[in-house]
Amino acid sequence: MLKGIPVSAGISIAPVLRLTHETAITQAESTTPVDTTQELGILSKSVEQAREQLQKLKEQTEEQLGSEKAAILSAHIAFLDDPAFVGEMSALIENQQLVASAAVSQVADQFIALFESMDDAYMKERADDIRDVSRRLIRNISGGDTVISYPEEPFILVAWDVTPSETLQLPLQHVRGIVTAKGGATSHAAILARSLGIPAVMGAGDTLMEKVDSGSLLIIDGTSGQLIVSPDADTLAAFQEKAAQEKKERQWYEAIKDLPAETTDGHRVHLMANMAVPEESDALITSGVEGIGLFRSEFLFMDRSTLPDEAEQFAAYKHVAAAFGDKPVIIRTLDVGGDKHLPALALPQEENPFLGFRAMRISLARPELFLVQLRALLRASAFGRLLIMFPMISHLEQLREAKRLLEQAKAELRAEGIAFDENIAVGMMMEIPGACLQADAFAKEVDFFSIGTNDLVQYTLAVDRMNANIAELYSYYHPAVLRLISQVIGASHRAGIWTGLCGEMAGDPLATKLLLGLGLDEFSGAASVMPKVKERIRSTSLEEAKQLAEHVLTLSTVDEVVQYLKGKAL
Amino acid sequence: MVQFEVTVNVEGGLHARPAALLVNCSSQSQSKITLSKGTKHADGKSILGIMTLGVSQGDTLTVQIDGADEQNVANAIQQLLEQSSSNI
Repeated sequence: MLKGIPVSAGISIAPVLRLTHETAITQAESTTPVDTTQELGILSKSVEQAREQLQKLKEQTEEQLGSEKAAILSAHIAFLDDPAFVGEMSALIENQQLVASAAVSQVADQFIALFESMDDAYMKERADDIRDVSRRLIRNISGGDTVISYPEEPFILVAWDVTPSETLQLPLQHVRGIVTAKGGATSHAAILARSLGIPAVMGAGDTLMEKVDSGSLLIIDGTSGQLIVSPDADTLAAFQEKAAQEKKERQWYEAIKDLPAETTDGHRVHLMANMAVPEESDALITSGVEGIGLFRSEFLFMDRSTLPDEAEQFAAYKHVAAAFGDKPVIIRTLDVGGDKHLPALALPQEENPFLGFRAMRISLARPELFLVQLRALLRASAFGRLLIMFPMISHLEQLREAKRLLEQAKAELRAEGIAFDENIAVGMMMEIPGACLQADAFAKEVDFFSIGTNDLVQYTLAVDRMNANIAELYSYYHPAVLRLISQVIGASHRAGIWTGLCGEMAGDPLATKLLLGLGLDEFSGAASVMPKVKERIRSTSLEEAKQLAEHVLTLSTVDEVVQYLKGKAL
Repeated sequence: MVQFEVTVNVEGGLHARPAALLVNCSSQSQSKITLSKGTKHADGKSILGIMTLGVSQGDTLTVQIDGADEQNVANAIQQLLEQSSSNI
């Protein structure tokens, strides 16, 4: 049995689709008619590019690590010169009318199989060299972008890793689960899986890909992290039973979805959902949430080589604003950098990307781009109830500069006679401890706060949330994090504004009473988990929650907090 | 055509690095070069072909060379395979 990190709850039972980028591309392109001459040209260009890349890499490696390490790259270059390798690919294109990428992957697969069948351990490992070179060729062919086509039937995706864009490209009607060898609970792919309600287990280890074949039946338990390949009849029956139980639970939550998020003593809070792509909005409206607490606008910008212009952004924001009508939609301005890359901006590689050039820091450095987004947001505000939220603010001057640019965008639109919401609310993310400590000063200059616990934990505890080695240290139940949250909410209320929370913590039912007791006004998490949160809110009184929060703030360790909350949850 | 048998002395057998060197050597020749181990054959100009022969130190290879410069190439290849260091 395999085990990974449980990152998105739920049980799924379906056949495996084992994704390597090669096979994905083959499936995607082999159905289109083929121009042989063109495909040969594509192949030879890709080979030439690969040769240049490898030569350069080899020189760098020789310089930095010595010639022994560089020797493997010589072998890779030699593969490119090998008549049995590239020659065979050309032959396949000519004789079997394959597209270049399909020819690459077919020849690669033959050699991979050949090497893997060899007894010698060293030779077995050479399969990896073939994979490496062929993947490079395919990357060159596809210009760095991978086009993936998926089967038209239920499957569980098994892959080394999944990027946020790949997660977004998954066909939601067919994908039943995601399992990866690498990655962890707080990667963006994991967050997306949760927001899309897809059970997922990540970080299952490097042996995953060897142990799971395409087509074999897989059970994944996104709650425990368990993975069972080709289960026996008894195991299968047990999990089918468990899955049915889960379904019943979901139906119960469904039944309460239209009831308000109100405590037994009449205190009303707001339940919202986080959203990444405009296409999700239609599904979210029917899920019973009261609006969007976090719309991640960066997904309009990612996985493309050009930036979306004002018209395109306007169309996307308008779609969401109009879809939600009078329900609020909080749109966060561009938040890239860190683990979210933006090819169109050619951001530099950084030693400490999470402490680097990201989010609002980029927007303020590139006001011409930021103004385009602000204008698009303002224009869309005429079609619904939009709120604007600025990410990653640490200094008051940044907030003032962002607001100044917003005023500039407003002035432009007024001059052009374009309608927008003159009273559009402006808020900021509270995700940097320094800003939280200064919440009273910020509260005077915004309409609302939204606490981003994912980054707040990372910055407060100095724990890289992508690093599996220190994952144990990462917890929003750390007393320091809880004190910062309490402080932010307190400062907002004293200034007469409200505070929401749009991190993972908002969707964790164990944290619900605590957050309620700390005075949180709005909860925004993955739509799939919010009914559970609502049930927690509806089954407690504000008085009880306040007492619980007061006690939790006296505790000293994560463990004490978690044990206490678990005790109270019974 | 030249044909000879050679016992491979290269430490660790014909893995990527010595295979690459062998290919370098054969690619400079106009002749057709075939390496055989038992019933398996490989093009002497194909690194993958050579590697997938799975030649270990001490294995015996049959080398067939057919072309204008066959004698020179035969000498070079024989010398290469008989060297004991893999770090040629």
